[in-house]
Amino acid sequence: MFEFGSPREGLVHSTSEVALRFSIQINEGPYTHQASDTAYQFTKAALEKGHEIFRVFFYHDGVNNGTRYTVPPQDDRNLQKLWTELAEKHKLDLVVCIAAAQRRGILDANEAKRQGKDGDNIAPGFRISGLGQLIEAGIQADRLIVFGD
Amino acid sequence: MSTLHTVNKSAYERNALKSCLDHALPGDAILLIEDGVYAARKGGSIAPALTAAKGNFKIYALGPDLAARGVVAGQVLEGIETVDYAGFVGLAADATRVCAWL
Repeated sequence: MFEFGSPREGLVHSTSEVALRFSIQINEGPYTHQASDTAYQFTKAALEKGHEIFRVFFYHDGVNNGTRYTVPPQDDRNLQKLWTELAEKHKLDLVVCIAAAQRRGILDANEAKRQGKDGDNIAPGFRISGLGQLIEAGIQADRLIVFGD
Repeated sequence: MSTLHTVNKSAYERNALKSCLDHALPGDAILLIEDGVYAARKGGSIAPALTAAKGNFKIYALGPDLAARGVVAGQVLEGIETVDYAGFVGLAADATRVCAWL
């Protein structure tokens, strides 16, 4: 167990801020409003300041950030790709809510097999899991920041 | 023990900012993001409520979202501080918790 707001070893301290552990919740897809964009910029800025991101949890329509089958125009931002790249660089845990994902046709290989579907579409760096992961993200982090509609 | 409140919807579309102002405690910080930044504009019908709230809360607006909506520095209400994403992270770190008024 750790104390809330306590400094963590191995994390870079910036200005007067103590390095904290953040969890991020995203309730909105890439084409609703701006939540996923803001969450991405916040996550990037937090990492640049030396904070830790414990988990990014995609809930409700937010699961639509996690399909690798979106093909936006080349001059448009591609949030799935941005999240995947950020996750690769910083070893982020990107979790897609299973119940929300099933409703919206977001499947990994296991789920596709289990549901008798002919393919999966989960993007690299994302994984499908349950709501318990959000609860844990809230408990383990110093701050849970929610972005949504 | 203070809370950072984020408001991401326009005060001219929803009453999230008003609810936030009614529920926030003295010493809390309020950050306007996304369409929420429209409230920071001088001359709007919500401006008097924000000006009145300045004594109780620190009020901020996210600079990139102001810029994206064509709200330039001179149009922002006096006493509202503009922050970038790093500033957003700093506000979240300084507060004890963050409450999103969605």
